[in-house]
Amino acid sequence: MKFFAPRGAIAAIALSLSAVAAQAQENPECIAPANPGGGWDFTCRQVGKSMQDLGLIDKTMQVVNLAGGGGGVAFAEVVNKRGDDNDLIVAASSATATRLAQGAYPGNTMDEVRWLASIGADYGVVAVAADSEIDTLPQLLDAIKEDPTSTSVAGGSAVGGWDHLKVLIAADAYGIEDVRQVKYIAFDGGGEAVTQLLAGSVQAFTGDISEAKGFVDSGDIKVIAVLAPERLDGEFSEMPTAREQGVDAIGANWRGFYAPGGMSDEAYDAWVSKIADLYASDEWKEIMAANGLAPLDLQGADFEAFVSDSVAQIQSISREIGIIK
Amino acid sequence: MDILASLGDGFGIALTWQNLALALLGCFLGTIMGALPGLGPSNGVAILIPLAFTMGLGATPSLILLTSVYYGAMYGGRISSILLNIPGDEPAMMTCLDGHPMAKKGMAGEALSLSGVASFVGAFIATWGLILLAPQLVKIALLFGPAEYFALFALAFMTLGGVSSTNQAKSAFAAALGLGLATIGVDTQTGVPRFTFGEVHLYDGLDFLVAIVGLFALSEVFIFLENRHGGNADGSKLKIGKLYPPMSMLKACTPTMLRTSVLGFVAGVLPGAGASLGSFISYSMEKRLVDKEKTFGTGDPRGVAAPEAGNNAAAGGALVPMLALGVPGSGTTAVLLAVLLSLNITPGPLLFSQNPDVVWGLIAALFIANFMLLAMNIPMVGLFTRILMVPSRVLMPIVAMVSFVGIYGISGSSFDLLVMIGFGVMGWVLRKLDVPLVPIILGTLLGNSMENNLRRAVTIDNGNWLTLFDSPLSLGLWAIAIVGFVLPLFFGRKVKASMHERRDEEGSISD
Repeated sequence: MKFFAPRGAIAAIALSLSAVAAQAQENPECIAPANPGGGWDFTCRQVGKSMQDLGLIDKTMQVVNLAGGGGGVAFAEVVNKRGDDNDLIVAASSATATRLAQGAYPGNTMDEVRWLASIGADYGVVAVAADSEIDTLPQLLDAIKEDPTSTSVAGGSAVGGWDHLKVLIAADAYGIEDVRQVKYIAFDGGGEAVTQLLAGSVQAFTGDISEAKGFVDSGDIKVIAVLAPERLDGEFSEMPTAREQGVDAIGANWRGFYAPGGMSDEAYDAWVSKIADLYASDEWKEIMAANGLAPLDLQGADFEAFVSDSVAQIQSISREIGIIK
Repeated sequence: MDILASLGDGFGIALTWQNLALALLGCFLGTIMGALPGLGPSNGVAILIPLAFTMGLGATPSLILLTSVYYGAMYGGRISSILLNIPGDEPAMMTCLDGHPMAKKGMAGEALSLSGVASFVGAFIATWGLILLAPQLVKIALLFGPAEYFALFALAFMTLGGVSSTNQAKSAFAAALGLGLATIGVDTQTGVPRFTFGEVHLYDGLDFLVAIVGLFALSEVFIFLENRHGGNADGSKLKIGKLYPPMSMLKACTPTMLRTSVLGFVAGVLPGAGASLGSFISYSMEKRLVDKEKTFGTGDPRGVAAPEAGNNAAAGGALVPMLALGVPGSGTTAVLLAVLLSLNITPGPLLFSQNPDVVWGLIAALFIANFMLLAMNIPMVGLFTRILMVPSRVLMPIVAMVSFVGIYGISGSSFDLLVMIGFGVMGWVLRKLDVPLVPIILGTLLGNSMENNLRRAVTIDNGNWLTLFDSPLSLGLWAIAIVGFVLPLFFGRKVKASMHERRDEEGSISD
């Protein structure tokens, strides 16, 4: 039994981290609706760390990973069990809006929670290998138009997910009639998709700037289009937008937070102003620059309207390509 | 000599009192987390991230702490495999096969210290591999397209016959069951949910941690309950044996450790293959190579050394694509990647030239952690083996408690607890039917990647199945797979005959 005492004690300490945070109401908590290591996890941890560094919150933000159902488990948990928790925020992104739009969170809609604010956007990119003959977005889309079987496009999300939708938005804008013909191959994350682009298994990559950045710096891939309204700042300014090539397609993977539907107005306003202060800080600007996050400054009611618009837009595309009826 | 100079700089960065203390703390916590069923390396690292942030550690010290936990957990996983027949984490599953029989034979001490040495050898070789080959190794990862990945997984399953020494048909059934369970969840290639019955918890499929803890730990508790009730308590106390392996045993295992270290390392380098495949392939290949007397599965020391060297080497190998491509090769490296990103370091092709201090500091930390773990684990064998002194009626409730608390602590969902109980009951039934449990987990664990890669390959080539045999690499993998599958069929009769002979002999002796 000598051995079990320390073993049990340490397990208890390790495991009670999440339990304690759930009970102590004054502690800020962020649910990342995915396993550690993904984008939502990053959003929670990075925002929590920066808020603490800036003194916006006194205690360490407790990050709880509640994976499952592409965020659906966390959404249902917040709606059903944590509906009036004032200390809780949940990381969200375009993927959340996509799934809400496609009804992939069974029985839940976006009105059941309060949307807080955005912390930036990751614009979509379309890239090809550095030695590819294709140099522009129209060239790629022409090749797809001529023979859809010749070009495979890889992305990090499942079929019907945001990476897939981005390339369909571009194809749709270019006048490809039946966008369902576009050959999309789903990989487990943008990193794997880029690797397969380098390996030559696929011809093009659709993803976020942050996923492509390291490989653009090293000269392994070239970005043929950024799906942003205008050219981005700094080191990203060399990448052409889809718009300037005559393809009117915009795809932004925004990152932000929602809060429980029953959160008090005071708490809601407090969180909104804290995230706004964070967004306005120089520290956050540096983090955005380092991670390829573009500005997207929406809080409170503005953000709520933005999410609602994007849900409607995704619904109409998904209906067009037959993912939902 | 550039490398040695850089490595020297790395040690210069890593060798401060603070960093050594962090490495020691990380190794200790990691070993314990690895040993606890349910808590694996990725959860261990994730749990300690807030600690690193709260302490305000810089990039290098944070990485030292977290990679020590990572390596520590890879060491620790074997402890409960050997002593309790319950894998502490996924890669330690293969260690159950020979480790627990060794413990039953009264060689628990030897098994533990031998596996400690094997872990050290695997991790040591892998760390050198990381230093010397990281930039070149990336090219190996790039040779693997979806078709090659599928061939690799097929190879793993075709040599599966080597894994369980009992009835081949039963292990085939178990693997098929595992593959079937893997199809639960949203299919990424079409976005359609399969076998989810509208239950949102099943959209991401079954969590294999839940499956492992249920199948191994809970079913163990059920078996105990049953035996206890029938008054048939396991009366024979397990003997601990010597605490250190005899030189002859180490010598016999050396070629095995070296071979499987290389094999495991290569498996680790491939993103999406990871440590579990590393230990799996190491064990089944080694069994094919050296198991002339059919002693694997009955407590052969080489069967302990192979998967342990393999999985620790794979842990080192998995750092290669993480650092050099920014592509995590396993769950744990995905967490480490997130840590790097939140420290404003972007892994990728340029990491080695842009942040040499971080890379070489990290590599030096791996060496330090590895030596520390060896130094810590061998003397601790005596402590670990005390576990065998604990009577089952005390141990089993603790196992049950740790299983429930562990799974709930990770996922925070009572649904997972129900799934775990379901797996526990299934494990109990299957044990009664003498169906091996390891192939089920392997099927569940690898089934998704195998299926996805098959469908990616076929989709890329517009439905042409011949694409699976299109490259020299995939042809080579298929050749090995077929040889591994067919040869035992031809030699099967001969081997069976000799086995019968032996059984007769044994029978006459015991008579």
